[in-house]
Amino acid sequence: MTVQAMIEPEALAASRPGDAAVDCRNVTVRFVTERRTVTALENVSFCVGSGGFLSLLGPSGCGKSTLLRVVADLVAPSSGKVAVFGQSPQEARLQRALGFVFQDAALLPWRTALQNVELSLEVGGRPRLPSGMPTPRELLKLVGLEGWEGSFPHELSGGMRQRVSIARALLGGPRLLLMDEPFGALDEITRDRLNEELRRIWRETGTTILFVTHSVYEALFLGEQVLVLAANPGRVASLVDIDLPRERTLAIRETPEFMRTATILRTALGGTE
Amino acid sequence: MTLAAAVPPEASASAAEESFRRAQRRTQLRRRILPFVGIGIFLGIWAALVYLLKVPPFIAPSPLLVAQTLVGKGGILLANLVPTAIEALAGFLLGNLAAIVIATAFVHKKTLEETFFPTVVLINTIPVVAKAPILVLLLGNGMEPKIAIAALICFFPTLVNMVRGLEAVNPQAMELMRVLSASKREVFFKLRLYNSLPYLFSALKISASTSVVGAIVGEWIGSNVGIGALIIQATYSFDSALLYATVIVASCFSMTFFLTVTMLERLIVRWQPTSAH
Repeated sequence: MTVQAMIEPEALAASRPGDAAVDCRNVTVRFVTERRTVTALENVSFCVGSGGFLSLLGPSGCGKSTLLRVVADLVAPSSGKVAVFGQSPQEARLQRALGFVFQDAALLPWRTALQNVELSLEVGGRPRLPSGMPTPRELLKLVGLEGWEGSFPHELSGGMRQRVSIARALLGGPRLLLMDEPFGALDEITRDRLNEELRRIWRETGTTILFVTHSVYEALFLGEQVLVLAANPGRVASLVDIDLPRERTLAIRETPEFMRTATILRTALGGTE
Repeated sequence: MTLAAAVPPEASASAAEESFRRAQRRTQLRRRILPFVGIGIFLGIWAALVYLLKVPPFIAPSPLLVAQTLVGKGGILLANLVPTAIEALAGFLLGNLAAIVIATAFVHKKTLEETFFPTVVLINTIPVVAKAPILVLLLGNGMEPKIAIAALICFFPTLVNMVRGLEAVNPQAMELMRVLSASKREVFFKLRLYNSLPYLFSALKISASTSVVGAIVGEWIGSNVGIGALIIQATYSFDSALLYATVIVASCFSMTFFLTVTMLERLIVRWQPTSAH
């Protein structure tokens, strides 16, 4: 295994635009507040191939959550272009091509685990679940929550709540899963286990994943590629290809290849502040 | 040998559990009994004071005399409770319904809230006792002004709480609704309304008791039936035992009303852990 050389982001954005899941070009986001104008993202370009797993890594304030929200049509870019499967983010959202997992699970406390997963079938034009797609019950089983369907969020642990929210995001088989530091508030043991499971779910569903984190190890363990962002203003520092096997267990973190790539990522992060 | 005295670990564990459960039952029983002990001590001090200070019955009755009046004049007391209860209930329903509808309108049209909320606050600052004569002049001497006063009293806390409950939605849940392309109507019925229920019920619990106060104050201004009228009558005829009995009947009704709303809340708002209550 070798770590591939860092690729200039511009060069990567220009490559394979055809089968791109997400194609961001020169995206700039500015927020106007009473005191001053904040540039959250400046001239960010990157491209993720369909079926890819991209980790967005950076210090707080580098705009990685904002970038995810631009792709999800939650924040409009001030300039630049974003394409999701060749369409605008809005079209992708209306077609239910996106699933979003939030930092806190954002479950509705008056709904059971199963009813929370079913929510997306009840709103936004009440879409029918395409035949052959996993049902809410099957998705809860996929995230390891069989037997907990009738439990309310306050009866579940933090890790279980986040599993429910992953099942909810997977309903309807979205082609793109956007995850905003979903395991940030969990303890390390739960986090490790969910990291392993997320890799498994990614392999089994074949969905494209954009995963925001500020942990070097999480970014490296999960991603096929890591986009390192720098802060003030948020911009791309580098894009690192991860050459680790598809099937990964936590033990991989002890290997020299993993350590070496971690050093590369940390070096890339070092120049970001 | 000490070994012979050793208890098998399973047995000692179950014995420990047993004694723990017994201790828990004792604490629970104590918690139930102690409030009644408190009431008993209070009644005892009251009776002792009336007896020792030789308080004449037209100034303050002994607890025994009040109990006798409660039984002896039960018919009159109940006959006067009925109109007050109807006024309080009708006011409660009208006031809260209006508050819920207006809160919904405020949340959907910010301009409406900005225009009319100051007026609502202004009306709320007028004391009930001052509002009552105005309403009696407007609505006559029947039940209507009393219902209106009870409704007005209920209206404000519910409006404020309901607006807050509809607006205090988890921002990530709002983003989720947006990702799912939910309509404004769906956001209201699937998210805001449920979110507001705990807020609504804390307001309803307040207005359950204040609506009775409103009805009674209304009856003071102009009425010859009802708990309020009976209070005035008993006071003017120095019938302190009847006055106290009337007050007890009114507070029992308020308490029942409050407990009914609390039970409804437990039935409907089931998603909160009990510790949050």
